[in-house]
Amino acid sequence: MSEVRVGVFVCHCGSNIGGVVDVPAVVEHARALPHVAHAEHNLYSCSEAGLSSLQRSIREHSLNRVVVAACTPRTHEPLFRTACQQAGLNRYLLEFVNIREHCSWIHSREPGKATEKAITLVKMGVVKACLLEPQEEAQSAVAPAALVIGGGVAGMSAALNLARQGFQVHLVEKQPRLGGRLLNLDRLGPTDEAAAAMIEPLIAAVVGHRSISVHMPASLAEIDGFVGNFRVRLGEGEGRSEVLVGTIIVATGAEVLQPEGLYGYGLFPNVVTHVELERRLKEDLPEIRSAVLINCVGSRIPDRPYCSRICCMQSLKNAMRLKARLPEARVAVLHRDQLTSGVQAERYYRSARQAGIRFFRYEPEQPPQVVGESRAEAVVVRDALRGRELSLPADLVVLATPLVPGPDNQALSRLLKVPLDESGFFLEAHAKLRPVEFATDGVYVCGTARWPADVAESVSQAYAAASKAAIPMRSGAVRAEAITAFSDRALCTGCGTCVVCCPFGAIARQPWEGGRLVAQVNTVQCKGCGCCVAACHSGAMQQRGTTDAQVLQMIEVCASV
Amino acid sequence: MSEASAPSVGRPRVIAFCCNWCSYAGADLAGVSRLQMPPDFHVIRVMCSGRVEPEWVIKAFAAGIDGVLVLGCHIGDCHYIDGNHRTAKRFALLKEMLSCTGIHPDRLLVDWISASEGGKFQRAVTEFVERVRQLGPVDARARTPLAEAPR
Repeated sequence: MSEVRVGVFVCHCGSNIGGVVDVPAVVEHARALPHVAHAEHNLYSCSEAGLSSLQRSIREHSLNRVVVAACTPRTHEPLFRTACQQAGLNRYLLEFVNIREHCSWIHSREPGKATEKAITLVKMGVVKACLLEPQEEAQSAVAPAALVIGGGVAGMSAALNLARQGFQVHLVEKQPRLGGRLLNLDRLGPTDEAAAAMIEPLIAAVVGHRSISVHMPASLAEIDGFVGNFRVRLGEGEGRSEVLVGTIIVATGAEVLQPEGLYGYGLFPNVVTHVELERRLKEDLPEIRSAVLINCVGSRIPDRPYCSRICCMQSLKNAMRLKARLPEARVAVLHRDQLTSGVQAERYYRSARQAGIRFFRYEPEQPPQVVGESRAEAVVVRDALRGRELSLPADLVVLATPLVPGPDNQALSRLLKVPLDESGFFLEAHAKLRPVEFATDGVYVCGTARWPADVAESVSQAYAAASKAAIPMRSGAVRAEAITAFSDRALCTGCGTCVVCCPFGAIARQPWEGGRLVAQVNTVQCKGCGCCVAACHSGAMQQRGTTDAQVLQMIEVCASV
Repeated sequence: MSEASAPSVGRPRVIAFCCNWCSYAGADLAGVSRLQMPPDFHVIRVMCSGRVEPEWVIKAFAAGIDGVLVLGCHIGDCHYIDGNHRTAKRFALLKEMLSCTGIHPDRLLVDWISASEGGKFQRAVTEFVERVRQLGPVDARARTPLAEAPR
């Protein structure tokens, strides 16, 4: 092998790293390490300037290994690998060192120790880099078909988008009807158009599209495979079917919290949720003279700390609807913070005030009290702005409850091997950089499965997820990361431990010289967990990018500094 | 435990093996959330906690690493179906063996941390580093013969 020449590139990430870690000192230490031919720092290594500097340095200093010390490889490794490749280096000759999430951000009060740690991490990266070898990626075909889970507005929008791009779509809905939560709504804010006017044509278009197969009511029994090649078993009524898809979009939506026991709900017949109110608004609304709408019912509390985002708008919308239907009625909204972000919503709020709807802010420590005998008669609230207690007559009390994660999320997250957040919603790969993708290739998310979102946001996310899913399906092939296992046949004793250990059936014993059975890894099937490597008794099995020698060198360096 | 008390100079040196899909992501989230923790640990990323070899851990102690964390996905959530089941079995065994080698078993901790558990990552690391600090530097006498063992 030719001489190893490592280049080390340390990123300031503006002040994110540079504000804590002494980046020039890290570069000085790196420069002194064995095999390091060049070291530099960049304000933003991932910027155009940073990347071209990296590529120039690779050429000028004949670098054949690259260490980038910056943020997390989970978002930025592919970018730097591609930059290396463009500079003529195999993309696997890069080692990525995380000195932001795992250093500067978590040791910001100890800059000296953070700098020492960054130096150690870079040293560990350099010794590993010295042992990296070029790798080739295995290619596999992508089935031009998608599975969309959930037939609400997000799922249907994604399905239709993909079908119109020419892909086959399998749309799975657990209910016997398409439409999801929108079926329960009367009007949509802030434009007040009928929900039915939006959802019915969408349902018709989905059902009528010949590239969309609607499976309904159906459940997911099993999913295995990987991007390009997911095998999905569906349960439909009594029958079972199997479909092969290249990509999967999760659009399972959310549930509305039923506020049992809160504000007289379940006790008084005239205390209802917004969903129940909207059902009545579609029909005949009884004559009422007063209505009180209470926001943040069961949200922004210690057990459920998040803001559900859409309920403020729903309160506003229904306050306006009530006022429009019953102009003489007194309508009040009790809120903790009436959130109306964006141009349209703020305009909507102003028009609500002009229409005579009154808004009172309450403190969570002093929540409103719904009083009455057999039915709610008034709501007593302490107006936090004026510091005064008010008693508001209430023929009707409407509770704004949050969206909560669907009951199937846990099971589905296990089926798909994708994570949930602490509240139980699906967790995307990165909030800003990869908002509709999971870290798992070929699996995407949109709509309220991910987080409370309104219709416009759900549709935008659905289009985003569909366009992301179209990328591998359009190109027709994906390259698997070259992190697969491989066996040294000379060392292999043919014991078969690895064969049993592999979760993907990627290893088989095949006859080699003299008919001796040795382990052989199928690199397309291998997903790169490395379990077989740890299980191998004879040291014959190794993993590309995580060899024993590399890890042991890192341990040694970590211990010795 | 037979580990002789070595002079407790310097800080503990800890390695945390984190799987790419859950615990490494949890560590990233801890970072994004700016959760502060002791700087004495160093993450080595592996794709699955099932890749972590008991031999690495033994050699780490032999080399003078004071504590090793092996962090994977929660049982049932493994990105590779059941890789972490193997982790659980392997390291339960290794912990027993450590007692015989004179290395305090508390120097090894296996735990499960999901991508959304930044707070749990912070707690696990902070408590572990503190425990290892109490134990002091890993005993040189315990590690000498292992360090000389052939690779």
